[in-house]
Amino acid sequence: MSQPQPTSQAQPTSRALHAPLDIAFDYTRSLGPTLSAFASALAERRILGARSADGQVHAPPFEYDPVTAAPPAELVEVGPGGTVVSWSWMQRPLEGQPLDRPFGWALIRLDGADTAMLHAVDAGSAEQMRTGMRVHPRWSDSRGRGITDIACFVPEEQEPAAEPDQQPDGEQAEITMITTPIKLGYDHTVSPGEDTFLRGLAAGKLVAQRCPACAKVYLPPRGACPTCGVPTATEIELPDTGIVTTFCVVNVPFVGQQVPVPYVAASVLIDGADIAIQHLILGCEPDQVRMGMRVRAVWKPPEQWDTSVRNIDHFEPTGEPDAPYDFYAHHL
Amino acid sequence: MWKEPLIVTDVAVIGFAQAPNERHSPATTNGVEMLVPIFSEVFRATGLTKGDIGFWCSGSSDYLAGRAFSFVSAVDAIGAFPPVMESHVEMDGAWALYEAWLKILTGEAEIALAYGFGKSSAGNLRRVLALQFDPYLLAPLWPDSVSVAALQARAGLEAGLWTQEQMAGIAARSLADGQRNPRAVPAGPGASGSVADLLAEPYVADPLRAHDCAPVTDGAAVVILAAGDRARALAERPAWITGFEHRIDSAELGARDLTRSPSAASAGRAAGASRAQVAELHAPFTHQEIILRDALELGDEVRINPSGGALCGNPMFAAGLARIGCAARAIMSGHASSALGHATSGPALQQNLVCVMEAR
Repeated sequence: MSQPQPTSQAQPTSRALHAPLDIAFDYTRSLGPTLSAFASALAERRILGARSADGQVHAPPFEYDPVTAAPPAELVEVGPGGTVVSWSWMQRPLEGQPLDRPFGWALIRLDGADTAMLHAVDAGSAEQMRTGMRVHPRWSDSRGRGITDIACFVPEEQEPAAEPDQQPDGEQAEITMITTPIKLGYDHTVSPGEDTFLRGLAAGKLVAQRCPACAKVYLPPRGACPTCGVPTATEIELPDTGIVTTFCVVNVPFVGQQVPVPYVAASVLIDGADIAIQHLILGCEPDQVRMGMRVRAVWKPPEQWDTSVRNIDHFEPTGEPDAPYDFYAHHL
Repeated sequence: MWKEPLIVTDVAVIGFAQAPNERHSPATTNGVEMLVPIFSEVFRATGLTKGDIGFWCSGSSDYLAGRAFSFVSAVDAIGAFPPVMESHVEMDGAWALYEAWLKILTGEAEIALAYGFGKSSAGNLRRVLALQFDPYLLAPLWPDSVSVAALQARAGLEAGLWTQEQMAGIAARSLADGQRNPRAVPAGPGASGSVADLLAEPYVADPLRAHDCAPVTDGAAVVILAAGDRARALAERPAWITGFEHRIDSAELGARDLTRSPSAASAGRAAGASRAQVAELHAPFTHQEIILRDALELGDEVRINPSGGALCGNPMFAAGLARIGCAARAIMSGHASSALGHATSGPALQQNLVCVMEAR
């Protein structure tokens, strides 16, 4: 395969660069009066439902009546036993689900309720599941975590019901908040333009793309010209010099910061490009950085290069005369 | 009866395009690579350019993309400079089309374009969709989309409302239709299987087999609407919208009768669903087609999903819009004089939208 020429058409080669992207966040959720009462009861090994205006008992409880939109007038204890009204079988449980071995998902109508609760049933095999089967909760070792205080349900014939909870001395703290960790994993794929850009960086080059309609040069390439809406397929290699259009001096430490404060984060307009990139300006005191200042890339040693913008450690002043304001005014 | 004179009441679909439905698109999650070609295609077919579009509206999801504001990157595909009038819904593009329709009805635009895109294969779709549940009582259990559909399927099977043979029959018909749709997901093994062959396959989520579940699909779709005379000038046979309604059922999964779809029935009655000769139903699971036919009161004479439907390609946030586009195409091509497109959202057909169209 030949090296890309400065103005060659991008050719689809192998699959674009991709990498795992894991995102996680622990949501803390305030419960409000109804769900707070529900969660507090679960912590005492009791299950509450809500009676609606038409006399139906919803378990788990509604926060607002589905007909009248009023908060529940009355919370009533239901279960803890119940009857399966529909089920499916989870042969290979997914991360976060109640059990990590094959289990049944079930809609369970708790005794005294008119609606059903979704939960897992630890039945061992699909053959043990049937509509109409009697189940009761197996409680989690932890308390105060809302619906997951119920670890799962179990078939009555397989496991005896839990002993009623010992009434603890004193008043139990009301559960008003729960934390729900959310973690999702993706295979993040870069665009063909980004792929070209990142592979160029691995070879120590800055590869941009030019819009065939308006001739604007995008670094990094965007895939489509945001002005014209057409693919920007023409590749063009740019030098690693440019000017600071605007910048800020970072004085605030934050988690994950990799450069000691104070330092300068700047928009750098690479020579020949029509959009600026963000990077660090080091190699001079922060108060020496100016709008229009000429800078050049300081690359890490080639043996550390990867398909990453981190191959450029930072930009530093070249000492050349500043660009006049009019040259970069329309990039601000 | 008094009518507001400035309101435009005649709006038609005049253009539709969809990206190939793929199990693993090489595209990014921001949709640009899937959208640029279909924008070109729909502009070529209608003779329009981006400057003719008075309002743009998109449907997509950050949870699906795994990144914040993914729809903003997608705007690159428009060429949105100078700025355009643009909006977004975190829903299927069918609801973006609804917003676009309202924009024309209120006289703020004459031509509007709605699009939807989703790269469902980027994450684990069954887990991503667990986050559409109520975050207190359901989402902490990570109930996955296929298992919840399986609860619904069993409820109907045990109530005698449908059979596994009927479900397999729907799969067989859909896969056969999909083989005539060049944009359908390429058929895998079993596509030509008989009902008996399909029923011999193992369960993936008892009582659902693989053929009962729409494939995890990447894709995108675009539909263009135009008002009155603009539509007549731009299309030989516009698909005039005669009813466009959406409704939702309770978020309390265990309080719903999962064997019925009151929201689809209500939307269908309000939109005049029973007039349709052709219905493109967004049923990601075979048994859901049966629920929807019943709710929309579609008789045996109504042709269901000539495109192959969602079982031949279910790109999240685009598949519902594609159903409307396929239904409109049946009218624009002269194959039908009335058609409906349906879109669903949420677990077990929680939310439903119906768009009824006719030739004039």
